[in-house]
Amino acid sequence: MTGAVGERGHNVSRAFLADRAMFVRLARICGAGHYSSTFSAAELFASLYYAHLKLDPRDPKWPDRDRFVLSKGHAAIGLYPILAHLGYFPPELLDNFTRLGSAFGDHPNMKHIPGIDFSSGSLGHGLSIAVGMALSARVQKRDYRVYCMLGDGELAEGQIWEAAMSAGHYKLQGLIAIVDRNQLCIDGRTEDVMAIEPVEERFRSFGWEAQRIDGHDFDSILAALGRLKPAGTGRPQVIIADTIKGRGVRRMELSLQWHVANLAGDDYADAEAEIRAGLQPYREKAHV
Amino acid sequence: MKRDKYKRPQTASGAARLKTSAMIASIADDDQPVKTAPFGHSLVEAALARPEIVGMSADLAKYTDLHIFAQACPDRFYQMGMAEQLLMGAAAGMAREGFVPFATTYAVFASRRAYDFICMAIAEENLNVKIVCALPGLTTGYGPSHQATEDLAIFRGLPNLTIIDPCDALEIEQAVPAIADHQGPVYMRLLRGKVPLVLDRYGYRFEIGKARILVDGADILLIASGLMTMRALEAAEQLAQQGIRVAVLHVSTIKPLDRETILAEALKPGRPVIVAENHTVIGGLGEAVAALLLRHGFSGRFRQIGLPDEFLDAGALPTLHERYGLSAARVADTIRTWLGGRERRPS
Repeated sequence: MTGAVGERGHNVSRAFLADRAMFVRLARICGAGHYSSTFSAAELFASLYYAHLKLDPRDPKWPDRDRFVLSKGHAAIGLYPILAHLGYFPPELLDNFTRLGSAFGDHPNMKHIPGIDFSSGSLGHGLSIAVGMALSARVQKRDYRVYCMLGDGELAEGQIWEAAMSAGHYKLQGLIAIVDRNQLCIDGRTEDVMAIEPVEERFRSFGWEAQRIDGHDFDSILAALGRLKPAGTGRPQVIIADTIKGRGVRRMELSLQWHVANLAGDDYADAEAEIRAGLQPYREKAHV
Repeated sequence: MKRDKYKRPQTASGAARLKTSAMIASIADDDQPVKTAPFGHSLVEAALARPEIVGMSADLAKYTDLHIFAQACPDRFYQMGMAEQLLMGAAAGMAREGFVPFATTYAVFASRRAYDFICMAIAEENLNVKIVCALPGLTTGYGPSHQATEDLAIFRGLPNLTIIDPCDALEIEQAVPAIADHQGPVYMRLLRGKVPLVLDRYGYRFEIGKARILVDGADILLIASGLMTMRALEAAEQLAQQGIRVAVLHVSTIKPLDRETILAEALKPGRPVIVAENHTVIGGLGEAVAALLLRHGFSGRFRQIGLPDEFLDAGALPTLHERYGLSAARVADTIRTWLGGRERRPS
């Protein structure tokens, strides 16, 4: 771990503190939210957007920008505050989150929100779309990379592996998949519902480069992103980020009750205080 | 022996006079003018003018005539393998980046297997993906695994999607540049291989969303789409010799329906209306027209010609068209019987 990465990690972490609280606030406006899937991906979002992706918030359609496809679209509340923070749109627009007429729904819509490269919500689609974008970059002779964040549960969708096979076939080195390996899907642990391990070997056998990291540690995330190769002809690249669904609010950590749920009353204040206090050591006690 | 296209096979051995196998089926009659691979050739031509056109297939380029494009424009052809979900998703990704992908497979795979992927990644986003699918309706003798008898029913409910069911080679040639220019997703049913040339005799011009009267007649209005327009024209000729004057209205855009033209023709007094389509009688052009007429006060006689609500048999295609009522002879019979009031159980 280099010092530079450590410093950047610290900066990202500071920029990011407000975001996690914002996720909770958005979920409260809506009356319910995908808290836990968002919390597991929170450090990944922040690292990508504050320290890694090639972007220009003043020009959301900049042809050479990196693309980001949020295949696990239910974590959109993790993305909106970051996009607002970066200046893609005024933060006050989020005050009407999910209300009729608002551009901001539970799942991201590319037709209404600057900075969203593709709509999502139905799981399994994102990686194929990212393959199409990476092929486009190659034809257009542009060197942007296409990032696609996947949930671990959606790896059970056959389409993911159609896309993984094609990315290996076309040697789309500019395609980066990031798996939010938060251990849970709706009905239980992925390994009970439909086992996805050994997930790195599975991707490698489809022709991918794979890294596995702690997805809540900024230094690890930034180091992994730093190791990514540029767009070109070679192996597509996947980062398996080991995370904890619901991370940061103890009652939500690895709890099946919080995939879609709502905080109310004092619980809301408790959760917010917990978030403001920063990440506490993870307690190895699952509520599954 | 030159076969009489109006003569039904008398026995099971009647199929012996048919030269096609179950799979390599051309809907062309032996003596009919044809064009080879009109889709592939017209896509190459369109691609010369439009550099953003790309071709994609799920291991069916050869059987969707896309191989012509692949040979002519190898740098703009993407083989996605036998993976229709990926095909639609990747096409959406390319469309999002400004390309106009023509994605081909069989109609059964697009409509049944890839529906969600077309719906979520393409239609909702109104992306410029042109889904062009071979073996629509009953155009193969391979049985239900290959016969997309309900593709229109599946796709008609999808917002933003334009649906085209072309009749012949001429219409395909005209439709390809038109759908490439159209902003938004399109599903086009494809006739492939040796495709009959029919509409040149009628001075036809294809336009998205436009139905055209091909022949006029005072006794009955026959509304048809796709290859059934060809059958309708043949049936009309035969019926004319027997003094029955049939008007043929060709509706190649299934969605959006040309309501104005259909209503203007159907509400002319004194003509029963019959709709013929290469599709199950459920959820296709027939029901779309029926609903339209009902909403606008039509009170005349109405009937459909189409495939029954069942999984169809495998076999030689002309035999199957006879069996299920799509041949010109059967269309003419159906109309004659229906007009004569001798039909007991109209479907």
